[in-house]
Amino acid sequence: MENLFNLSVTVNGTLYEREVEPRLLLSDFLRHDLGLTGTHVGCEHGVCGACTILFDNEPARSCLIFAVMAHGHEVTTVEGLGTIDSLHPLQEAFKEAHGLQCGFCTPGFLTTLVAFLKENPDPSEEEIREAISGNLCRCTGYQHIMEAVKLAAEKTKINT
Amino acid sequence: MKPPPFEYYAPTTVEEALSHLAEHGYDAKPLAGGQSLIPMMNFRLAQPSVLVDLNNIPELAYIRPDENGGALVGAMTRHKIVGHDPLIAKQVPLVHEAIPNIGTPQVRTRGTFGGSLSHADPSAELVAISVALKGRFKLRSQKGERWIPANEFFTGPFTSALEPEELLVEINLPRLPERSGWSLMEVVRRHNDFALIGVAAVVKLDKNGICEEARLVFLSAGDRPMEAHQAAELLKGQSPTAEAIQAAAEKAASADIDPGGDIHATAEFRRHLANVLSRRALDDAFKRAKGN
Repeated sequence: MENLFNLSVTVNGTLYEREVEPRLLLSDFLRHDLGLTGTHVGCEHGVCGACTILFDNEPARSCLIFAVMAHGHEVTTVEGLGTIDSLHPLQEAFKEAHGLQCGFCTPGFLTTLVAFLKENPDPSEEEIREAISGNLCRCTGYQHIMEAVKLAAEKTKINT
Repeated sequence: MKPPPFEYYAPTTVEEALSHLAEHGYDAKPLAGGQSLIPMMNFRLAQPSVLVDLNNIPELAYIRPDENGGALVGAMTRHKIVGHDPLIAKQVPLVHEAIPNIGTPQVRTRGTFGGSLSHADPSAELVAISVALKGRFKLRSQKGERWIPANEFFTGPFTSALEPEELLVEINLPRLPERSGWSLMEVVRRHNDFALIGVAAVVKLDKNGICEEARLVFLSAGDRPMEAHQAAELLKGQSPTAEAIQAAAEKAASADIDPGGDIHATAEFRRHLANVLSRRALDDAFKRAKGN
């Protein structure tokens, strides 16, 4: 290997320093180098949305970012949203409203929607559809995901 | 690893980026948002041996007013920022309206204005719109800078007037004159997908309601943004009646564009759509022109 880059990146609040090849995709860096396998890799060309992470709090496709581009930045993966014992309110809502079946696409939906609900806490049905238009789900037919988002928005409203 | 190996540079100034481009010439490729280049590299359709990452150059990301009421957009300004910018919304509403049609929400947080234009995809919204608005692009190299009109920038499929050592650094989006109207229409199978065909229309009326200028620029209708010159000639000097619009739309769809056929649509179907969309877009644009 030649041309290694000293990468320093904060993932889920922890600073990591690693030597990486510039061609390493951020998705592969998260999964293989850091062992954070919650970020799923589907199409690897920016269509399916499964690998969506938060890059400086903005949803982005980690298969369309080289790991070196995250140098000095903050990345949040699905592991950074909640824990098994203390789920993120959106994760709770997905569980309650049956917003997932096989779960492959779920991390991408969650990261996308956490950012969306922060910007738009009381979204219309159309806005939710637009928000998830870059994420493919092959099981749910999206209806339960829509329900989960509405439920999460409602719960947040009640709690604030 | 999917992409082929490359040397990576992360300059923090434009000067530094230009020196890397000058040194490596054809082997180097600037990396903007990466939303088109990285998928092409994942497929190994693109195999640049040097990447010059522009993401650490803050001087390339801005939106400012120009002297004539239009906007100057730094090449590394991300689509989402453009979409939310009040100056763009007010002075260049056609661009404001087009942003939600570009890629997906996750693409718009990374993809950049200048990156999309440099990629010169004939199916890209900004490519067609920049021509319809008579935008101008500032290109810089170590030798100096030059301005080029949008319609001379796009020279073929994914091909532009950029020399290998040049960088697109700024885009000038002029404000439309008084009594102008605009519209953007697309047919897309799934929201956020590439358009089967689309058209951006910009028109201007004189004080008597006669069409002074009309530009119809199509996306996904040829090897570059396709400007309907013959249709524009038909409209010039005419009152924009339903008949005049219909005639122009038919001319545009039959004579001005060169759509291809593929698994998504035949060329004939694309011409049919071009006709319908042109009529609607012109209708819409002339209505706005009357209100302005």
